[in-house]
Amino acid sequence: MLALQRKLGVNRLAWAFLLPNLILFGLFAFLPVILNVFYAMTGGDNVLLADRPDVGARNFVTLLDCENYLDVNSCREDKFWRAVWNTVRFVILQVGFMVGFALLTAIILNRDIRARGFFRSVFFFPVLLSPVVVALIWKWILQREGVLNAFLDWTGAGGINWLVDAQWAFGWSVFISVWAHMGFYTLILLAGLQAIPRDVYEAALMDRANAWRTFRRITLPLLAPTMLVVLILALIKGVQTFDEVYAFTGGGPGTATTFIIQYIYEEGFAGAPRLFGLAAAASLLVAGVLVVLTLIQLRISRNNVDG
Amino acid sequence: MARVELKQVKKSYGSVEVIKGIDLDIQHGEFCVFVGPSGCGKSTLLRMISGLEPISDGDVAIDNEVVNDIAAADRGLAMVFQSYALYPHMSVRQNLSFGLENIGTSKAEIAEKIGQVSKMLQIDMLLDRKPKDLSGGQRQRVAIGRAVVREPRVFLFDEPLSNLDAELRVDMRGEITALHRRLGNTMIYVTHDQVEAMTMADKIAVLRLGELEQFGRPLDLYNRPRNIFVAGFIGSPKMNFIKGTVAEGGASITFDTGETMALPQSGFDYQPGQKVTLGIRPNHVSLVEGGSVSMSVKSVEQLGGESYIYGALKDGTLLTVHLSGQISAEIGEVLTIEGDADEVHLFDTESGLSLRHD
Amino acid sequence: MARVLSFLTATRGKGRLHWTDWVSYAYLIFGIFLMFGPVVWLVLSSFKSANELDRFPPRFLPYAQETVEVDGFDDPLLAFTVVDGELEGEIVGQTRRAAGRAEVIVPSNPDERFRLTVDQIEPIERVAFATENYSQLFERFNFLKFFWNSTFITVTATLLMLLVNSMAAFALSKYEFRGRTSVLLIVIGTLMIPQTVVLVPLFLIVTELGMFNSLWGVIIPGAATPTGVFLLRQYMITIPDEILDAARMDKASEWKIFWRIIIPLSAPAIAVLAILAIMWRWNDFLWPLIVLTRTENFTLQLALNSFQGELQTDWPSLLAMTVLTLLPIAAVFMFLQKYIATGIASTGGK
Repeated sequence: MLALQRKLGVNRLAWAFLLPNLILFGLFAFLPVILNVFYAMTGGDNVLLADRPDVGARNFVTLLDCENYLDVNSCREDKFWRAVWNTVRFVILQVGFMVGFALLTAIILNRDIRARGFFRSVFFFPVLLSPVVVALIWKWILQREGVLNAFLDWTGAGGINWLVDAQWAFGWSVFISVWAHMGFYTLILLAGLQAIPRDVYEAALMDRANAWRTFRRITLPLLAPTMLVVLILALIKGVQTFDEVYAFTGGGPGTATTFIIQYIYEEGFAGAPRLFGLAAAASLLVAGVLVVLTLIQLRISRNNVDG
Repeated sequence: MARVELKQVKKSYGSVEVIKGIDLDIQHGEFCVFVGPSGCGKSTLLRMISGLEPISDGDVAIDNEVVNDIAAADRGLAMVFQSYALYPHMSVRQNLSFGLENIGTSKAEIAEKIGQVSKMLQIDMLLDRKPKDLSGGQRQRVAIGRAVVREPRVFLFDEPLSNLDAELRVDMRGEITALHRRLGNTMIYVTHDQVEAMTMADKIAVLRLGELEQFGRPLDLYNRPRNIFVAGFIGSPKMNFIKGTVAEGGASITFDTGETMALPQSGFDYQPGQKVTLGIRPNHVSLVEGGSVSMSVKSVEQLGGESYIYGALKDGTLLTVHLSGQISAEIGEVLTIEGDADEVHLFDTESGLSLRHD
Repeated sequence: MARVLSFLTATRGKGRLHWTDWVSYAYLIFGIFLMFGPVVWLVLSSFKSANELDRFPPRFLPYAQETVEVDGFDDPLLAFTVVDGELEGEIVGQTRRAAGRAEVIVPSNPDERFRLTVDQIEPIERVAFATENYSQLFERFNFLKFFWNSTFITVTATLLMLLVNSMAAFALSKYEFRGRTSVLLIVIGTLMIPQTVVLVPLFLIVTELGMFNSLWGVIIPGAATPTGVFLLRQYMITIPDEILDAARMDKASEWKIFWRIIIPLSAPAIAVLAILAIMWRWNDFLWPLIVLTRTENFTLQLALNSFQGELQTDWPSLLAMTVLTLLPIAAVFMFLQKYIATGIASTGGK
């Protein structure tokens, strides 16, 4: 290293420190982005690019060929569009409930309560659980002879076969995903709330603002940037939802809880033949959405990133 | 022997030149102070000598050897930083030994050197502490110890006392001077405080905006400043400056207020009608009944043994008078003053250069 | 009790609870129930015997039936209390049961058998933890192998990531060099493209490098994370440059500066990243699912997922395995939760 330092000079030595990272970035982050385009433009089920016939934009045509985008049955690749609409529905519900409850929880945790650290951990700890564990925990509770149905039986309401019913399975997928990730956003929002200077509230008190007005006119506007970051982050992650729902319902019943990443996984890796081209084309469409969302996020939190 | 020479040393960041060609010759064993207002480039110049900052143009030579391309570590210098830059995670002992380990000094020798130096700097009881458990003065000593233990040819100090409180600063000033006497090394010391410069230096280099204004012994700078900037920068309280014009015949100066004062007849070159600025230190001004210049009193500071009067001339020029003993002066009162003609300095108003001839 | 009371009545120091305080505490208590409840239920269930798990409605604690030793029988018999008939109040051992009738025996009189209907007897039970759910994981499944795979991936990937990312962060925070901005932009760029959308080409690259169905295929692609570089860089920027200069004057090489000065001084940030990395790696699912297709390479997450399909009825093993899978993370959380919270807050997530 010292010899290298003599040769390169101190500042150019920076490249030596960067090299391992750049190789890994290049090989496993950059190259794939470029190759993805080639996959999307080729067909067949060979993984080697050389063995794949050029099909131009045909994969995209297959995916996007639809008489009426709102009616999945009119689409050529109806599975894709089912996944898309499932994902859209899921993301709207999940992000809405999650950010809503995270905000409520953060506001309550920001009050002058005892044992705040303990309660913060309570809401945060499911974040650490693996998606498969989350899925199994809830599957166990929701199974036909599970504890929830026992409780409903006891109240006289009668049990439901939750995960066999499409509507309920979807609803519970939203629920477990909110349950598992809410703590993360609560933590960020709580940090945002705590960053609001105390004297602003004291000034509002002197101005005889009541609690509701203080919240509407001070807390919310000052929290807005954090809220926006949380919202975008939640959207970015929501679009990529796969793990916990796949382990929870396997995408079913039918395709009721099949989301876009699962579609990509099944087309490219789980099914036979392996339609890499279709999977790559779908990936590109998802990547487009994510890039837009990330650019918005970077714009909002540019100051943080510049460091 | 460790002579440090700078030849037309320049530094620029992009198109901005921050050091504009400086020549300096620091002899072996000299304690040289770089002084100047903030932004004058004194720290940059020091870092260029150290090798931490590359040189854009010119040469830095140590003992007649040009070291431009020699890495900081190999120049045989040691530096004491403004923030001390102690390694926070290492004990005092490790801080002192780190550099010696890097050059492969044997363990026994390291222990011996650390023993000597820590005793000399009275930090031998602190060797196992971490920097965060030391007071400001102790950290300062450790930082100096880290430099001393390396036995460098030249010591570089970058505003080392600026983080200490006033009292401690005076103590450490004395200690660094004593250290210089004991070791006899060449030392280069950067400060913005002209009092530090005056009390510690063998030679002072006054810098402004990347240029060397004057280089010389402290009292030479005080007595024979080369220009208005040096005259105003060296000495506290600041020298008074009054603008005027040399009168017909050249025997006196007519100030912009219309008042006149006699000029020294030897030692200066000036022409009748030349726009000049007269400089006079506050302690060379005296209150004289019926003096040639009148001043209205703005404020008075009575320190008991000495007093300062701050006033303004008719045209608003501010003036400080330093008197020994106690005086009675009311704010708003108009006093007349007289300057000691043998102690005045004359500068060309336009160029700012001293009109003194040697 | 007094502490509970003072806890419940704590407000802004004025003594009286405003109604919003009541609502807040009610919400938080409900939160404990909702967040902890399912996990507690999982853990309790994992200690229930297969019979107990089949029971509907389920009971809160795991129970096991008492047994009685009866002369003439090698194995202890299941114990029942008779609740009806001439033997009412007696404790009996069951020798046989068929078609709603049970043949029982009174321990003091081992020679005489009685035939009773099932509703005449009630089992005698006590709280008992069925640890065999756990022990059979080791006997019947390759549990240790999965555990080892997960541990190996987590530890190796975390160490590799810390090294590679801290080197890059050091270069990007402490050197002025041509192209630094471009590198930073590249790093930001990769933030935008998560692994989930480059699965196909990533699969090709990993296959071509011979890492398909190898643990390294999971470890290496994720070693350079933009989040890690950013987190560390942010922290390293706060280390004063003068310390580095001092080390340079002390004749330390740049590598030594990195290793002896930067790494120790970045310890808090490195700890945070290490915790995050352990969490990510241990819980990773989609990419291992694609790369590791042979059972002997499965991580715990993959094993769990595949067994819930295969062993639909084997809930005892599945529950025990789930508990063991979440245990390491729970342990990490208990000891380091302060770091985790600050870490998450400072990265703003991955």
